Amino acid sequence: MEIKVLGPGCSKCKQTEKVVREAVAESGVAANVEKVTDLMKIAGYGVFGTPAVVIDDEVKSVGKIPTKEDVKSWLKK
Amino acid sequence: MSDTCCTGGNNVMILACSGGSNVGQLSNQAAVELTREGFGKMFCLAGIGGRLSGFVQSARDVPVMVAIDGCQVGCAKAILANAQVPLQHYLVITDEGIEKNKNFNLEQADIDRVKAAVKRVVGDSGTAGPAAVANGCSCSSC
Repeated sequence: MEIKVLGPGCSKCKQTEKVVREAVAESGVAANVEKVTDLMKIAGYGVFGTPAVVIDDEVKSVGKIPTKEDVKSWLKK
Repeated sequence: MSDTCCTGGNNVMILACSGGSNVGQLSNQAAVELTREGFGKMFCLAGIGGRLSGFVQSARDVPVMVAIDGCQVGCAKAILANAQVPLQHYLVITDEGIEKNKNFNLEQADIDRVKAAVKRVVGDSGTAGPAAVANGCSCSSC
């Protein structure tokens, strides 16, 4: 599973990365988490804002910090 | 990037039908000018229609969104419904007394009427900052 956290490096983006990494660790799912900070790459996902979370090329969340429960539910699918 | 990038402000997503009539193009031009003026940020309705996940999820998650249809056919409204995106604020330009035709020579007075109507339907939510990615920051709240 490939997870990308899109964000230029602001506090909400950092918090989102933390939540995602904790959810992955607690769920025991094998996943690679990558932080994407390049604005052109972020724009390529068509998101209106950041932070955003992408799992296996599907955008799951935009413009907000997801809850750990949200992330865990995405990991199950 | 700044640690204060994602603080404060609001960002109104503006979706225009951009259709093939005067009122469709009025929706587009009003969205462009409202974006330039900092009221909100025009977003790509075609991306939502194409079911691209970044566009669809952005429209679902954005706190404030306004959809502008030129006429009662309601293409923008239908696109959002088909993509399971909740309709928040909504404007139909012909309801504002502008008749639909095929004259693409838009009058500034009509554009201004549409812009005023958009601001009216959005109400106090329209306190957006400048366009985010274009301005070097892609956070949703700058």
